[in-house]
Amino acid sequence: MNAVVGHGRYVEGSLDKMMRPTAEHRGCGTSVNTGQASCRSRAAHGELPAEIWEKVKKHPCYSEGAHHHYARMHVAVAPACNIQCNYCNRKYDCANESRPGVVSEKLTPEQAVKKVLAVATIIPQTTVLGIAGPGDPLANPEKTFKTFDLVAKAAPDIKLCLSTNGLALPDYVDTIAKSKIEHVTITINTIDPEIGAKIYPWIFFSHRRYVGIDAARILTDRQLQGLEMLSERGILCKVNSVMIPHINDHHLVEVNKAVKSRGAFLHNIMPLISAPEYGTVFGLNGQRGPTAQALKALQDACEGGVNMMRHCRQCRADAVGLVGADRGSEFNIDRVMKMDVKYDPEMRKAYQEKVEAERAAKVAASRAGLAEFAGEMSEITVLVAVATKGSGLINEHFGHAKEFQVYEISTSGAKFVGHRRVDVYCQGGYGEGERLSTIIRSVNDCHAVFVAKIGGCPKSNLISAGIEPVDRYAHEFIEKSAIAWFRSYLEKVKRGEIQHAQRGDADIRCGSLISAG
Amino acid sequence: MPFKIIASQCTSCSACEPLCPNVAISESAGRFVIEPAKCTECIGHFDEPQCVAACPVDGTCVIDTSLPRYQAPS
Repeated sequence: MNAVVGHGRYVEGSLDKMMRPTAEHRGCGTSVNTGQASCRSRAAHGELPAEIWEKVKKHPCYSEGAHHHYARMHVAVAPACNIQCNYCNRKYDCANESRPGVVSEKLTPEQAVKKVLAVATIIPQTTVLGIAGPGDPLANPEKTFKTFDLVAKAAPDIKLCLSTNGLALPDYVDTIAKSKIEHVTITINTIDPEIGAKIYPWIFFSHRRYVGIDAARILTDRQLQGLEMLSERGILCKVNSVMIPHINDHHLVEVNKAVKSRGAFLHNIMPLISAPEYGTVFGLNGQRGPTAQALKALQDACEGGVNMMRHCRQCRADAVGLVGADRGSEFNIDRVMKMDVKYDPEMRKAYQEKVEAERAAKVAASRAGLAEFAGEMSEITVLVAVATKGSGLINEHFGHAKEFQVYEISTSGAKFVGHRRVDVYCQGGYGEGERLSTIIRSVNDCHAVFVAKIGGCPKSNLISAGIEPVDRYAHEFIEKSAIAWFRSYLEKVKRGEIQHAQRGDADIRCGSLISAG
Repeated sequence: MPFKIIASQCTSCSACEPLCPNVAISESAGRFVIEPAKCTECIGHFDEPQCVAACPVDGTCVIDTSLPRYQAPS
């Protein structure tokens, strides 16, 4: 517990150290700007075997492309946990899966099924049901598997997904396979028991509490064993890792290699959530999360290994709707139990076909945008932030944005690299000055902000911070617009009108998105 | 001395309930309670009292000193 005291700040130089293993691990060219087409994990249709693409194309967490179009929901049927993490405070809820202080409604399996049917009818692009706590689903096996079985019968077109700390996983692999669960997420923060002892104060395993390195060793062994067993059975596995500066940050490149060799499909490195008010051990002893630049450097360092997931919103254990646009508040259980739900798979299918057409249009537009670059090469890479409500469009006002999606643009195209959660700037028609400076700090590493509309005051503040506000692509496709803007940016640089310079670092706002309202 | 649950500390996570070898723990109106007459402090079953070992909030499952220790039948 004391091991992390005094390491509150992230030290600049450590970023270079982190980049060092990059070259060997990347497995392709060492330059960031070359060889991207073959090495980057775009998870596009063409790069995946057809049967895997079928499994991920409508899963918003497993496919970055899907997350603009399809929605997922979690049901909180699993409150018990079998381990303790220093980033979680069970007295409030699980800090990592559910915003602390907001206690989820705990549901019975029967209530959960009713909620799933209601959500899937009202939000027909809902394709995935996940059970992710607030504790560990496999520490609540009866409730978890009963819920999955009931949903599989009532709504067979919904994909089932499970998220676990992995301690009990080897015991339930067969049950998972039998329950038609196609996707499992395991949180693996380390493969080194000494590091594990700094993250996990104890585990409860085979009728006793283990502490220290013994506890961490059991947990690590069981996680890796469970991952191997699932991979052997063809169940797609995502590995979540919480990036904790000075504890596991450099080590996560090793974790990435270890999980790749055991068949993981996707690796999601998330920033530590550690605000002191959440009351977690890390929050209280001053352990801070990483900055945006450090997180991105680590994610880039792991490219070439397992596909990196960068669109995670660290959502609540009762999240509902598109990733990044939570609608959980519309579905509290009292309201759901009174609803008269008529589940109609045909209606859902027709709706999703429309979504697929929209998605295909977006991909075509992005390709067309890229074609304009044919033959042109530049070493310049920039980040841009986009205000969007989904569907891959620039369709949100600056003042209404709850988050900005960040894209890295180069002459190889526009690639999604993350998101920045912000407080909404415009409240009741007026902008709040203090919030504006926080928003600017959260996108400070970006050269431009794309919006559907923006007021005069935030516009001039962005310009004086050196960030270009861009509203001329309102309601157009993100990637195509970003590429078009980048073209004109490069031309201006060429003509000497502007000088290209790297931007600074940016802040990551702690906590998951809370529902709109 | 049986164990008891300090209600103000309990998160109602239900981790303890299925672990009790004596089915002494039950939920009523969202709260978990230990029936003192059924609690054997896990003597004869496990090395550690299961409710204490599994409870996520330390100091929530505690010994009720107002009651006598459990006497295993001889």
